[in-house]
Amino acid sequence: MNRRTFLSSSLALSALASRSPAAAGSPPRDVRPDPAATAWESPELRQLGAWDIHAHPGPAGPNPAKRMEALIRIADRVGVERVCICMSPPWQYEPTPEQFRRSNDDVLAILKEWSSRVFGLVYLNPKYTRESLDELERCVADGPMIGIKLWVGTRANAPQLDPIVQRAAELDALILQHTWIKQRGKGNLPHESTPMELAALSARHPGVPIVCGHTGGGDWALGIRAIRARPELYADLGGGDPVYGEVEMAVRELGASRVLYGSDINGRSFGSQLGRVLGADISLADKKLILRENLRRLLMPALRRKGYKA
Amino acid sequence: MDRRAFLNTAAIAAATTSLARGATPAAPATPVELIDTNVHLSHWAVRRGWADTPARLVEKLRRHGVTSAWTGSFEGVLHTDISGVNTRLAESCAREGGGLLLAFGTVNPTFPDWEEDLRRCHEVHRMPGIRVYPNYHGYALDDSRFARLLELAAQRRLLVQIPLLLEDDRSHNPVLTAPYLQPAPLADVLPKIPGARVMLLNAGARVLAGNPALLTRLVRAGVWFEHATLEGVAGLEALFGRAPEVRVAFGSHSPYFYFEAALLKLQESVLTPEQLAAVRHGHARAALNIA
Repeated sequence: MNRRTFLSSSLALSALASRSPAAAGSPPRDVRPDPAATAWESPELRQLGAWDIHAHPGPAGPNPAKRMEALIRIADRVGVERVCICMSPPWQYEPTPEQFRRSNDDVLAILKEWSSRVFGLVYLNPKYTRESLDELERCVADGPMIGIKLWVGTRANAPQLDPIVQRAAELDALILQHTWIKQRGKGNLPHESTPMELAALSARHPGVPIVCGHTGGGDWALGIRAIRARPELYADLGGGDPVYGEVEMAVRELGASRVLYGSDINGRSFGSQLGRVLGADISLADKKLILRENLRRLLMPALRRKGYKA
Repeated sequence: MDRRAFLNTAAIAAATTSLARGATPAAPATPVELIDTNVHLSHWAVRRGWADTPARLVEKLRRHGVTSAWTGSFEGVLHTDISGVNTRLAESCAREGGGLLLAFGTVNPTFPDWEEDLRRCHEVHRMPGIRVYPNYHGYALDDSRFARLLELAAQRRLLVQIPLLLEDDRSHNPVLTAPYLQPAPLADVLPKIPGARVMLLNAGARVLAGNPALLTRLVRAGVWFEHATLEGVAGLEALFGRAPEVRVAFGSHSPYFYFEAALLKLQESVLTPEQLAAVRHGHARAALNIA
């Protein structure tokens, strides 16, 4: 998809929305009796329409768009309005350029059908710096995607990330960097990043917003501490068990405006990841920021570039 | 729990005697019934849960429609005075449980005279079941002591709940690690002990969602499950698609997990009325069939 075709399709949001289970920008509808009605603190929250920073297309289905359709139907059940997707399967820890291009082709195919509900993050491996920069041009500068996903191919503090971060900033593309702390870091994959390494990258690029994927995972208490001093780093809540205390600590230490709802579907469930926000002992206003407004604000520069009116 | 509350529970269970092993419970007489099979009192050693007191636990569970919560004590995992833990648990549930908290005491079959703990759970505290924590107490499920425990529990018609893990084993505190409990031996042990009833807690990722062959063996052996750690998009719906005979009850792993996470999984999946009723209370009632 070139830039012109993308702009044509994205500007025709209303037409796309009519093919979607829920209209873009309006709350998803589900007419079943709600067995989880009490989970929503207020009707306002139930109708809010969450924006999800961290999602992956499902593996089952005849083509990428059909896989996404199945996912969107499930998102509608639990009030998720928009999802940022990346990394269509199969996944490789250290993808070659050919492999990450093929994965991104799937996401591009999804965006042709689902740009009213889905935002795309281009999957890169900074080990292949030149090819990653080329792919960034193809999918973001000249294509419909609005951000970057970095997984476990290269550690976040590696110098190969610098030109990618610089170009992302020029394009207003939001970066989502996976992080985890396994067995206090000893159990991480060879090139799997920690929040501490992401903080080091951020220090080299002040002012560039980056999302700390999973915020360290199960050891989120260390992850939150690691990114606390870097105001450009945002905490993605998704991907770990819904352990009480993470949201409360993130809001207390980072401020609610630096905390983002993410699900990490398909591996996780929407419900378990929404539940941690809805059940948190924080204010209703903070929940609204986390579930929707923070991500909307972060993505707005890129969306405006693409002609979105969200 | 006082005797009256216990007898009420027993009566409910007796009413479900027709729910034979493997059968799907019928739609409920009371559609709002919700049994949470996976709750603990006190705090886990390295985390503060959302309920500092039993009163707070009861208030929130009740607000979300929970009608019964099967409640163990995190103290049972690491304390050695287990009889004291169980007495405090029973007293807290009776005094502050508001008729909602159903105590499940801890038994550690590696301790001297553990049979007395089992007897007290049944005869003194009138508990309908017990919890064991093999990975923290140092034995596997093919251990002869565990088989003996199952036999005695079966004789007393006690349900045995077994958490496979309590927290993500990738994020253990280095001085408080426990291996993931391998449930596979249950598939061989359980059928050999007539009347034994076992419910696995926190079995989501590595059994319900991640190991269909093992799940099939455990289902055939008559094991019950709960859904606190069941993940994946529309996880319950997908699980019933893969294994229609699986007997999975509602479980929240509260207050370690946010309760709302468990509740929203019911909304995320499209279930038949029968499946929904089975998850909300049918399988739990069948597992507590003490008549």
